[in-house]
Amino acid sequence: MLRAGCCAALSRRPPGSAPRRGAGGSGAGGTGAGEERLKQTPLDALHRARGGRMVPFAGWSLPLHYGQGHLQSHLHTRRHCSLFDVSHMLQTLVYGRDRIRFMESLVVGDIAELKPGQGTLTLLTNDKGGITDDLIVTNTSEDHLYVVSNAACADKDLAILRDRAAQLQAKGSDVHLEVSDNALLALQGPSMARVLQAGLSDDLAKLSFMNSISTTVFGVPGCRVTRCGYTGEDGVEISVPAARAVELAEQLLGVPDVWLAGLAARDSLRLEAGLCLYGNDIDETVTPAEAGLMWTLGKRRRVAMDFPGAAVIMAQVKEKPRRRRVGLTSVGPAIRPHMAILGPEGRPVGTVTSGCPSPCLGKNIAMGYVEAAHSRAGTELTVEVRKKQHPAVITKMPFVPTQYYMAK
Amino acid sequence: MAWRALRRVGPVLAPRCPLLSLPPREPVARRLGTSSLLLAARKFTDKHEWVSVENGIGTVGISNFAQEALGDVVYCSLPEVGTKLSKHDEFGALESVKAASELYSPLSGEVTEINVALADNPGLVNKSCYKDGWLIKMTVANPAELDELMTEDAYEKYIKSIED
Repeated sequence: MLRAGCCAALSRRPPGSAPRRGAGGSGAGGTGAGEERLKQTPLDALHRARGGRMVPFAGWSLPLHYGQGHLQSHLHTRRHCSLFDVSHMLQTLVYGRDRIRFMESLVVGDIAELKPGQGTLTLLTNDKGGITDDLIVTNTSEDHLYVVSNAACADKDLAILRDRAAQLQAKGSDVHLEVSDNALLALQGPSMARVLQAGLSDDLAKLSFMNSISTTVFGVPGCRVTRCGYTGEDGVEISVPAARAVELAEQLLGVPDVWLAGLAARDSLRLEAGLCLYGNDIDETVTPAEAGLMWTLGKRRRVAMDFPGAAVIMAQVKEKPRRRRVGLTSVGPAIRPHMAILGPEGRPVGTVTSGCPSPCLGKNIAMGYVEAAHSRAGTELTVEVRKKQHPAVITKMPFVPTQYYMAK
Repeated sequence: MAWRALRRVGPVLAPRCPLLSLPPREPVARRLGTSSLLLAARKFTDKHEWVSVENGIGTVGISNFAQEALGDVVYCSLPEVGTKLSKHDEFGALESVKAASELYSPLSGEVTEINVALADNPGLVNKSCYKDGWLIKMTVANPAELDELMTEDAYEKYIKSIED
């Protein structure tokens, strides 16, 4: 009864026997051909020592979950706080006087308007208006932009960033890139502020959602703390020098409230929060208009239309996209990716792109794309689950209310 | 049906997350050879179901290897009593948060009973996969089919071979 992929979750390779991280510390992602070429984060031994079930993900060996299991880990994050190793994500620093012009040539957001320390979710788009990646760009108070993007798109994104930088440099622009080999730790949940404040001299009460500071955390200097995450909870992502990542993680785990959490909980938490997973819910064939992500387009940028695929995207805004990303809820067997969504006449009107039973809500949640005519909240459709049709209703997202923190 | 029962149990204080009152589950240690002495020896399929026959009725479940790989079971899709199954027929599915796994019948026969406790407590499949987490009971139309299945020893060797 097991899918082939399930066996990977039981890999019991002893600590230290998996291969070293890629040389040069570039942290670039990419799919390894076999387990022998999986990259390891600085916390690899820690995960294994603490019972992490290691699985391959985007060319990295990462923990799926730990001893308490997926469900408990998910619920613990919403009630207390969990620590996720997200070091597989690509962290890039952009330096130079022309760094903002460089960034804006590739993404849809108003980067120039970001205040010092402020970041934003934005999109890399292609010439057809499709989404190349979703990423967070922060205008640091120092002399660079700090960019965090998906591990699965790392090779693709780096090539794009490097090509554009080379183009601009050839024309005399001042821009250069540096890939960080810092670890990245996400601390997420209502207890995060209390846990982290004990290790910070900065006042967390003054740090709002999507803002970032460079600081010392629990005695480890040279960290960047950004109030953001992928769970819907109040949380931070801490970029920490690789050599001291384990030390910081162990400090955080020393607080009884803090549990380690893996990829499994990460996915169910983000879906409850209505957040897209690149590769499932958004990809090169989907425009921001179809994806319901037009809010990432800067006011100025919409008028200037100076980003890749602008003509296609703005035309869709005017004429309304033909299909739209929606949330769905149901009971009974779970709705999963690739299942067909059927309209009132039983005709297929869409496809599921993400789905799972919601640990918090006690029903099934999903994301998918449906024909615009059937996309209003409250619309009753059916989803085909293992050859049987089950009712589902279009539901606004987030499915579970988010808890992002705004300083007074 | 499982979710309704859990809502009754949980306090109304956590409206965002009705299941917060779930008690923590102890990590399941892997135990070998813990069958009740009164049942006939368990036989296993290469798809990780087990069947144990007593007085002409086979009880079917999934192995410890399977429940560990599957993770926390949150929903069980089981057939109706009276369903006629051939060996290898898909008879249902178990859903974890992460994925659904289909269930395949180890034998040919007719479903006589399903484990209704799983509707309110699907986690029994993880906590007690060989006992309280049984899935269905069925008649044994063709006892010779039992000989085609693996003994517990053979199954243990089999899972070692696929783990590596």
